[in-house]
Amino acid sequence: MLCCVCKDKQATVHLTQITGDKMQKVDLCEECAKTKGVNDATGFSLADLLLGLGASQEIEQAGGGGELTCKRCGFTQADFKKTGRLGCSDCYQTFSEALGGLLKTMHKGTRHTGKVPESLRQNRDMADRLKLLQKKLAKAIETEDFEQAAVLRDEIKQINAGTSPAPTS
Amino acid sequence: MDIHKFLTPPAVMARRKGPHDRIVLSSRVRLARNIRDAAFPGWAKKPERVRVLELIQPAVESLPEMQNSFSEAMDRLPALDKQILVERHLISREHAAKAAGSGLVLTQDESLCVMINEEDHLRMQSLRPGLQLRQAWTALNQVDSALEKKLDYAFSSDLGYLTACPTNLGTGIRVSAMLHLPGLVLAEQINPIVQSVNKLGLAVRGLFGEGTEALGNVFQVSNQMTLGESESAIVERLEKVLAQIIDHEENARASLVEKKPKVVYNHIGRAYGTLANAHSITSKETMNLLSLMRLGIDLGLFPGVDRAIVDELFVLTQPAHLQKQHSEKLSAEERDFLRSDMVRDRLSTVSRPTAAPPTPPPAGPEVDKT
Repeated sequence: MLCCVCKDKQATVHLTQITGDKMQKVDLCEECAKTKGVNDATGFSLADLLLGLGASQEIEQAGGGGELTCKRCGFTQADFKKTGRLGCSDCYQTFSEALGGLLKTMHKGTRHTGKVPESLRQNRDMADRLKLLQKKLAKAIETEDFEQAAVLRDEIKQINAGTSPAPTS
Repeated sequence: MDIHKFLTPPAVMARRKGPHDRIVLSSRVRLARNIRDAAFPGWAKKPERVRVLELIQPAVESLPEMQNSFSEAMDRLPALDKQILVERHLISREHAAKAAGSGLVLTQDESLCVMINEEDHLRMQSLRPGLQLRQAWTALNQVDSALEKKLDYAFSSDLGYLTACPTNLGTGIRVSAMLHLPGLVLAEQINPIVQSVNKLGLAVRGLFGEGTEALGNVFQVSNQMTLGESESAIVERLEKVLAQIIDHEENARASLVEKKPKVVYNHIGRAYGTLANAHSITSKETMNLLSLMRLGIDLGLFPGVDRAIVDELFVLTQPAHLQKQHSEKLSAEERDFLRSDMVRDRLSTVSRPTAAPPTPPPAGPEVDKT
């Protein structure tokens, strides 16, 4: 079995951490175990292994000294550091500062570019369309094209009322 | 319902064909999703987990794709059945350890499997034989789109699908393939390959995923990054890397046969010798030797023998599958006896490997040699 950090040397240090009802196993080579201070089991944090080197320090520093706690689920910064996981979806806002740096090293980018649930996609499309219409309306008023402005105003009204707008020509 | 009777028999599964199934055993895509108004399973208390299960399970069951599926709470499944599911790669070891408040919905052909309250509220996966990542993604994408109409997913327009572990954030997708790479292992090229695949941001794991050994020369290759890249880009990237690994494996096999034929035939001949004659054998040894026999079949050393015989034994000889075939509780020692009996019996119709492969070595359809 290879060390799960350097993925190079044979793992000789095997750790199991139990948090609540969750079991996490980690296999390290001697060198990586030493650099991570695993010999001293008390100072060891799973966040480092799950989220990458230095993750636990980053989580700690981001708190600005105080202990952050998620208002909704009660998950704390210490919990995050210990488990490398979050408590609920709101935690992403609570711990956004610590996460920012972590996500950068962990992923290709920090903005989602993949699938979007259809309901949100429609909302987003609608919001984009509304913005465009408002821009057009301002321009129409500016150029005193009141006929066009009236058409645009009606369309905006329709979108805001939640009905689907009539197709524009 | 008896899970073993519900599942497709290993004999049928082993005969399924897929593109590149000489090397790619299976393709898998999984998506992680969570409900907006509940704590993640690892942090939620039991009543909340039960509530989430009661919300998600019927929603999944109602999908047209999941008609006539097997649907059960994890605490109602016997330990042996859970182990069977792990050996079939349908659920994770972590999920098998779950009790009240976790569940499973699974189709009979094992192509779709949804774990409820694993690390995330929803872990759904789509499986296909051979190299079919795109097909697996398309099928799972449909399931996900149908489910999003019934469930309020935790989603942020910046961060995408919100997951318990930040490593799954964004698309929540893991695209993976299970590869049989005996050539690269025998040629001692596997470590540099693993390292260069790692450098591309992909993970290489053993047979049962994270932190497991590559038993039977089986490796799992998957994406690690989930944010900042679209699902189809990830699928494409993996397809490219897998095509290269397949090439390397084929090259390694060809050059082994050319440069060190005696070494290769010795390994394969000994593997056959042990499997066909042993009276006690562990599952680990069985898997490693079956892997060599599979290589022998691929190289044409067992004329007329179908790869399915090995692939079926690969599943049937694992501890829980073996136990399932016997009513009384078996000790590890008894399992080793019974395992060797089964393997000997199955191989009784297989002649020992030929001394050299037919020329030219069969790349595609097998040539019968008399």
